[in-house]
Amino acid sequence: MDWLHNLSPAIQDVLSAIGRAILAIIPIFAPVPVIIWYERRLLSWMQDRIGPNRTGNITFSRTSKMVPSFLRGKKFKLFGLAQSIADGLKLFTKEDIMPDKTDRVLFILAPLIALFVALTLGCTIPFGGDIRFTPVADVNVGMLVILAISSLGAYSTVLAGYSSNNKYSLMGGLRASAQLISYELAMGIALAAMVMNSGSLRMTDIVKSQDAPLYGVVSFIPNWNVFTPMGFISAIVFGVCMIAETNRPPFDLPEAENELVAGYHTEYSTKRWGIFMMAEYMAMFTFSMIFATVFLGGYHFPIRWDVLAPYENMYLVGVVVMLTKGAVGLTVYIWVRATFPRLRYDQLMNLGWKFLLPLAVVNLMITATWIFAAKVYGPMAAWMVGLVCYGVLFIVWAAIRHQAKKTQPQFQSRSVNMVNSPRRVLDVVPNKEVTP
Amino acid sequence: MKLTPELIIFAMLAGPAALAAVGVVAFGSAIRSALCLVFNFFLLAFLYFTLSMDMPGISQIVVYSGAIMVLFVFVIMLLNPKLIEERKDLKRPFGIAFGVVLFGILASQVLPVLGFEGAKPVVHQIGSPNVIGDALFSSYVFPFEVISILLLVGVVGSVFLAKRRTD
Amino acid sequence: MAYIGLSLFMFSTGVVGVVIRRNPIVIFMCIELMLNAVNLAFLSFARYRYATEGHSLNQAIGGPMMVIFVMAVAAAEVAVGLGIIMAIYRLKEEVDVDELNLLGG
Repeated sequence: MDWLHNLSPAIQDVLSAIGRAILAIIPIFAPVPVIIWYERRLLSWMQDRIGPNRTGNITFSRTSKMVPSFLRGKKFKLFGLAQSIADGLKLFTKEDIMPDKTDRVLFILAPLIALFVALTLGCTIPFGGDIRFTPVADVNVGMLVILAISSLGAYSTVLAGYSSNNKYSLMGGLRASAQLISYELAMGIALAAMVMNSGSLRMTDIVKSQDAPLYGVVSFIPNWNVFTPMGFISAIVFGVCMIAETNRPPFDLPEAENELVAGYHTEYSTKRWGIFMMAEYMAMFTFSMIFATVFLGGYHFPIRWDVLAPYENMYLVGVVVMLTKGAVGLTVYIWVRATFPRLRYDQLMNLGWKFLLPLAVVNLMITATWIFAAKVYGPMAAWMVGLVCYGVLFIVWAAIRHQAKKTQPQFQSRSVNMVNSPRRVLDVVPNKEVTP
Repeated sequence: MKLTPELIIFAMLAGPAALAAVGVVAFGSAIRSALCLVFNFFLLAFLYFTLSMDMPGISQIVVYSGAIMVLFVFVIMLLNPKLIEERKDLKRPFGIAFGVVLFGILASQVLPVLGFEGAKPVVHQIGSPNVIGDALFSSYVFPFEVISILLLVGVVGSVFLAKRRTD
Repeated sequence: MAYIGLSLFMFSTGVVGVVIRRNPIVIFMCIELMLNAVNLAFLSFARYRYATEGHSLNQAIGGPMMVIFVMAVAAAEVAVGLGIIMAIYRLKEEVDVDELNLLGG
């Protein structure tokens, strides 16, 4: 390695930058086939199906002379792990179709933006306590970098929808951009509360602040942000927003297949469609790891135990812990997908603007009060003030809900207007005369 | 002038940024202009990073590339304007000439005064978030409040404008 | 200072755009371009003039502060401006700034 040190410092910097870029991509890019396989198997298990389990199984002939003797009649099972690789090969060797009258530049640009966002989103997530284990750089605005990059994700869907010259794509793109803009806000505010809690925008500081005894009392459980009241509410808001940001079910309105064919990527095929797919899965994994970093204590073990303490400082252990936490996040993603039906568009907007955003803002204000009380009066007073605040919040919410339920008119009948046919009213109430 | 790494990085960022700025004006379709502008803002953020202004640079991406330009693209898609053909009238050459003259006058008056001074060592970390936060809530607290009221007025105004008249 | 040169260039480009284009959305974008040129100038002056020896922190912080405020004002301006454009579009089905002379009487 001597020749590396003999190079001029500028070239060394450039080389290290390239190396860091590659290292940032690998942990996000490499698991994609496994993630897809995992999702399909887990989903089929939840839906009482079998799922892909054959691809990659090799059975050698028992009689052929071509097979070496020690392999004859042996079976190798891969549990379908090769399925996603086979799918990828199929996608990349198919004929590339681009419809007429598309805006060619934008059509090609859109999947590239999606890929760019997915690859650079994780560039500030720390995989270990050392500065070398943050993929690109542990900058002092790490949290804002994540918000900034994820806000660029709207362009890919918007441009894909606009450039395809297809009504379904356009609808999908419009829905996607509206959805991303709405949920971006709540996500940012939920993260802001956690930033205030940790007192720093730097990701490693946020992780470090969670490495303390729980509530300062319980010594064997780390003080993760999910365990604090404001952290719990933030985690709920952030979790919902992160599913919405990656366009996963139940928030997959932009690509709802029974309304919009395939949404913004209706006109896409082969490689470009594959890039959209890969970007979605990479973004899922990255968002899971962001969740793990901010709320689940990052690269630390879930148990504070003196026996384990020396291993925490071995950095590859940190990487394994982070990837495991990311896998837990993925499991929740798939679980949610298997559980909830897709939201309606107005339900989506109501959830984003009327529930998550006010909740996040109120949570931010209570967090500020909490920190102030803790600084002035000590932690016990802070707990009392905080819990009283949350109690008042809950009572106000319940009162508003009660009032809204009382004043809202309950509709008894629904009418359906059919296209190109005489107007008719289908009433729920039976025995009513139907006017043609 | 010596060729330093800083200068190379600046050229790599500033050249495309200037091209994108020209593209905003030159492209016929609105969405192309908008994308050029996004690209320009994105590069500007990296120029801010080279000035060691982390916080303004990252808020440049969040606010401009992430929020304002998404709004622009959204509105362009929503209106899907039948391309207003740019009529070839006297406005175009006059405008370009005016711009060139403006740039010439400004550059000839401003740039020689500045000169190409080398980078002096920085003593204040004015780009870091804690310094900016401290300043926002201490010496700049009144402008901060005024800005927040302005934003509130903006929100109310845009809601009022975008509301469909239901009378 | 190359930064100021770029800033001036972007500003002039924005002015040209405002003068020669007809699409109000593009004109808006050119205004944003001018604002950003000014931001760049603020930051480069703050970095090269005031963040150095012999100036207090209070002097130096003015540039970044101004940039933050400009961003906030630009956000508010865009929200209201795009709302106005949408309203006009709904009213007239055609948005061309040279044809908008209702207030001219």
